[in-house]
Amino acid sequence: MGYIFDGIIKAFKLLIFFDKEVYSIIFLSIFISLTSTLISSFIGIPLGFLIGLKKFRFKRIVARLLYTFMSLPPVVVGLVVAIIISRRGPLGHLRLLFTPAAMIIAQTLLVTPIITGIIFNNSKEQGHQIKQICKTLGGNRWDTLILLIKEMRINILIAVVTGFGRAISEVGAVMIVGGNIKGHTRVMTSFIAMNHSMGNYSTSIAMGLVLLIISFITNSILYKYVTGD
Amino acid sequence: MELKTWKKNYKTGGIMRTRNKIFIMLLILTLTITSFTGCSKATTNQTNVIGNKGSIILATTTSTENSGLLDYILPKFKEETGIDVKVVAVGTGKALQMGRDGEADVLLVHAKSSEEKFVKEGHGTERFDVMYNDFVIIGPKDDPAKLKEKAKSNVMQAFKILSQGHSKFVSRGDDSGTHKKEKKFWEEAGIEPNGDWYISAGKGMGDVIQMTNELLGYTMSDRATYLSMKDKIELEVVVEGDSKLFNQYGVIPVNPDKNDKINKSGAKAFVDWILSEKTQRLIGEFGKEKFGQPLFTPNAK
Repeated sequence: MGYIFDGIIKAFKLLIFFDKEVYSIIFLSIFISLTSTLISSFIGIPLGFLIGLKKFRFKRIVARLLYTFMSLPPVVVGLVVAIIISRRGPLGHLRLLFTPAAMIIAQTLLVTPIITGIIFNNSKEQGHQIKQICKTLGGNRWDTLILLIKEMRINILIAVVTGFGRAISEVGAVMIVGGNIKGHTRVMTSFIAMNHSMGNYSTSIAMGLVLLIISFITNSILYKYVTGD
Repeated sequence: MELKTWKKNYKTGGIMRTRNKIFIMLLILTLTITSFTGCSKATTNQTNVIGNKGSIILATTTSTENSGLLDYILPKFKEETGIDVKVVAVGTGKALQMGRDGEADVLLVHAKSSEEKFVKEGHGTERFDVMYNDFVIIGPKDDPAKLKEKAKSNVMQAFKILSQGHSKFVSRGDDSGTHKKEKKFWEEAGIEPNGDWYISAGKGMGDVIQMTNELLGYTMSDRATYLSMKDKIELEVVVEGDSKLFNQYGVIPVNPDKNDKINKSGAKAFVDWILSEKTQRLIGEFGKEKFGQPLFTPNAK
């Protein structure tokens, strides 16, 4: 039992005494997950609105595929990305394997369907009303888009936060494509997995707590920013 | 919702919104919490294995498991004694930690000085030599650092050349027996390995060999793991045969006083069996058929 308390004490020590390695791991984690969430948002939010509001053939199949992709296993994404960018793979000449860029690619693939799916689901239910109102008030397409974003900002927030939560907490994809290289591609989750396999329980617990705290803070900030509370 | 009421709510921001907010707050909280369950599962699956009478838990290194040695010899043990062996293959650091925590019954590891310390501190009852294999330095076939020419069987020389940083060197970086050995070499050579060329992977041997293959770098591996992967990679042995590369495995029964779950008699049976002449012969035969050379040399006294 003692090692659990050791871990909690160590977590605070790690944060307070500004351990350089720990902080660089934390910042790299946030950087990678934020970047991939940002890219995913740029792709996923418009795409979600598009699929949700436009009428087209095969819409049902697209929706079903989208829901499937929402629960892609990270390890599978990692594997596919690794195969494509490895030295022998089709994009091997870019030398991307074991770089932060590769991790961003993998996480973007993971997060985009989640954001798209949530936006799609919400715009399907509420979007048409907003669109109609805008039309009645004489707004053009641009106004409609602005009103859509304004009205559905909370749904957008939920989508983005869910995506970020997925990105920062997954270990399967970053472990495979990043390689957990010290000072280069080591992030919080792979650090935890590695320390556990080395028998350093307390360090694992410490970083686990840090990860929880960070996720809580990011969620609070994002929430505050959008709702203005 | 009616258009009218919707409009009203939109203008006034009625009760719906407050309720929505609470709901969303709860949703975010749930999402935050649930998003972690996946990753904690992945990292805690190996700790809670506790033995019973009919089986023992063997904490060992990934190299004995990956090479296939255990699959080759353990069925014979089951046949002879009826005891089931549950193998937990981890790094030496973790294996020793499992012994300290009383989570394993017997250890088969390869970091002699750590093992001796482990026994001295009272975590294990005794330590016996079982077998050895050797380490090799592997690198790309064209050997850009020219280790084959300049340091064919001289580890110190090879490490000095590598430290010039013209090629990448991938280190296990996971506190395993192999990593400890490598760190000792850097220390002996008086080199502090850091810089872009030194990659600390924090992974098992197979992953590190894959990574080395991908980066066209060099790494130090046990021969068994290298041979088992040889066909899938484009790396070959560049340095071998230095007596310093010798890798001794030891077996240690965990101190049964740790907790009442430790299978003392099972551990003893395993130690006696692995040190027996018959098993030793079996170890010496392993790998001959597949690789043309034995992977481990038995040397129990």
